[in-house]
Amino acid sequence: MTANNEPTIHVEHDEAGTNVDHGDHDNAYSGLLVNDANWAFGTDFEDPLAGVDTTVPDGVDAKDLGAYCLMLGDDALVFSQRISEWCSNAPDLEEDIALANIALDLLGQARLLLARAAAADPELVPELPAGSPVPDEDRLAYFRNDLGFRNVRLAEVPGGDFAEAVAKILIYSTWRLSIFERLTDSRDTVLAAIAAKGVKEMSYHRDFAGRWVVTLARGTEESKSRLLKALDGLWPLWSELFETHPVETAVAEAGIGVDPATVADEASVILDQVFAAAGIDRPERGGLAGVGVHGGKGRDGLHTEALSKLLAEMQVVAREHPEGQW
Amino acid sequence: MTTQVNDNRFDEAALQEQFDATIEAKDRIEPRDWMPEAYRKTLIRQVAQHAHSEIIGMQPEGNWISRAPSLRRKAILLAKVQDEAGHGLYLYSAAETLGVTRNELTEKLVAGKQKYSSIFNYPTLSYTDVGTIGWLVDGAAICNQVPLCRTSFGPYGRAMIRICKEESFHQRQGYELLMTMMRGTEAQREMVQESVNRFWWPALMMFGPPDDNSPNTEQSMAWGIKTHTNDELRQKFVDMSVPQAEALGVTFPDENLKWNEERGHYDFSTPNWDEFWAVVKGDGPCNEQRLNHRKRAWDEGAWVREAALAFAENQTAEAAATPTAADATPAAGVDTTTPEETAK
Repeated sequence: MTANNEPTIHVEHDEAGTNVDHGDHDNAYSGLLVNDANWAFGTDFEDPLAGVDTTVPDGVDAKDLGAYCLMLGDDALVFSQRISEWCSNAPDLEEDIALANIALDLLGQARLLLARAAAADPELVPELPAGSPVPDEDRLAYFRNDLGFRNVRLAEVPGGDFAEAVAKILIYSTWRLSIFERLTDSRDTVLAAIAAKGVKEMSYHRDFAGRWVVTLARGTEESKSRLLKALDGLWPLWSELFETHPVETAVAEAGIGVDPATVADEASVILDQVFAAAGIDRPERGGLAGVGVHGGKGRDGLHTEALSKLLAEMQVVAREHPEGQW
Repeated sequence: MTTQVNDNRFDEAALQEQFDATIEAKDRIEPRDWMPEAYRKTLIRQVAQHAHSEIIGMQPEGNWISRAPSLRRKAILLAKVQDEAGHGLYLYSAAETLGVTRNELTEKLVAGKQKYSSIFNYPTLSYTDVGTIGWLVDGAAICNQVPLCRTSFGPYGRAMIRICKEESFHQRQGYELLMTMMRGTEAQREMVQESVNRFWWPALMMFGPPDDNSPNTEQSMAWGIKTHTNDELRQKFVDMSVPQAEALGVTFPDENLKWNEERGHYDFSTPNWDEFWAVVKGDGPCNEQRLNHRKRAWDEGAWVREAALAFAENQTAEAAATPTAADATPAAGVDTTTPEETAK
């Protein structure tokens, strides 16, 4: 399993035990009070971008860069939150572990992207009482409301069965992988490095989901019908993934971001390959309408009803302790 | 998987003698070795209970993944709960070497025919419980489990070596969370004390009933499955925990807890064994909830497991691989407990 739970470019949370020698196991507490080299990593919060040069490249509007990173970061954060809901609920232990891995990868991407957003444009970061130790990534994650979130609506879709979960992961990772592959050439070296790390992770996610889609499509009558129903229900959110927001136009022109419209064909072809292997047809449904005067969608901060509930749950403890240390 | 061969050509007495000699020499019994039927049954029960405890143990902490108050803590918690699933996988695999399958054992669990550690029948009412469970519950589990690394059955002992390493890592993470919260606001310090108050007694009960009421202990010790008595381990745990609590700045809810110079140990009150037996027998705060959760996940996943099997059968001639069991390797890990109390 490609379990890389490291959210940062440098290590702060190791997957348990793999390179840690805990010494004498007869004493559960040996070393617990000693600040030795094996002490539980991250005795303090570390900036995920610590030691990384976060200077904004020449000719790039820092506000655009910040807004763009926020979009990508919110996608990853909200989708991670949804997938993590599978923990202890999956059809078998192997899938439970795999889904947790995917959620962890996305969470790691979100942390880096939110930290990049905050470093590029400090004005994005919500203010808290003076002296609050809450770091920027957590201020962004926990102290904005739904109108401030810029994720695509696909990321926030609630509930659903296992067929819906793998269909969502397939769609999301196919789209996002095409974007990340191009983003590795970003003039912003930080974003390029985040994308390079993400490409490895998303390739695994797409592979996992693609193989399950084929399995369900060619498994039993029930699994096939559940899969078709899931794809049909999700399809209205597909076209939104390739709509270009003005911020995306600006960052694409500046050579730091990717206009999602430019990956639409590639993503379509890849998805069709999976559908062909599965022996099923691509759903035929139009895109889900936006809301408000200008037909706003996820990138505009206009979401489905599900997002504010997701955030209410996610943020409840953090908001109760705006000066808390975790 | 190996099943026991009952071959009458061999003299059972000679086999028993060889088995006894292996135990006596503190060597390992391996799956292909002859073993008394009662030994096999006892082991299957113990390893299965242990595996079930890992899987049920995902729930109380999993309860806070969605609400973890920082992204870093969310990642740590999710990784930890994932590790518990990994521990469950190793242990079910160890049990399979004794001639049972994971599916059979899971069916027994969801039917209420096999037990898991009672500690998971207590609710997690605060995010702080994640830290307290790491410190006290994982700590007690480690005390129980470290001796199991030397248990007489090879696959179980080897699984325990890996699990213990991972457990002690998670215990540190839990303690570190509480330490960090104690450096935070007054409200956070109160949260820590409140959580410690709730988990102290259940943690002490994790070592099982007092020795004079633990009928299986003697046989398990003779077989080298168990190497310390419940009360010995409980005392060790108390002695180790008190300085930890002092360093943290919290107290344990026991007015009789004090150092006994003569004994060289801390004295402490008798746990409420009525509560203990009530929880073991199914009347704990979350017994039904935990089992229903597991049963729901298992039942709702049935169509997926059936689909994977059907797909695999359809694929025999083709090259494509199914992403089922072959796809995931047991991941690294976390929290557990030996359900000693179910020895009753």
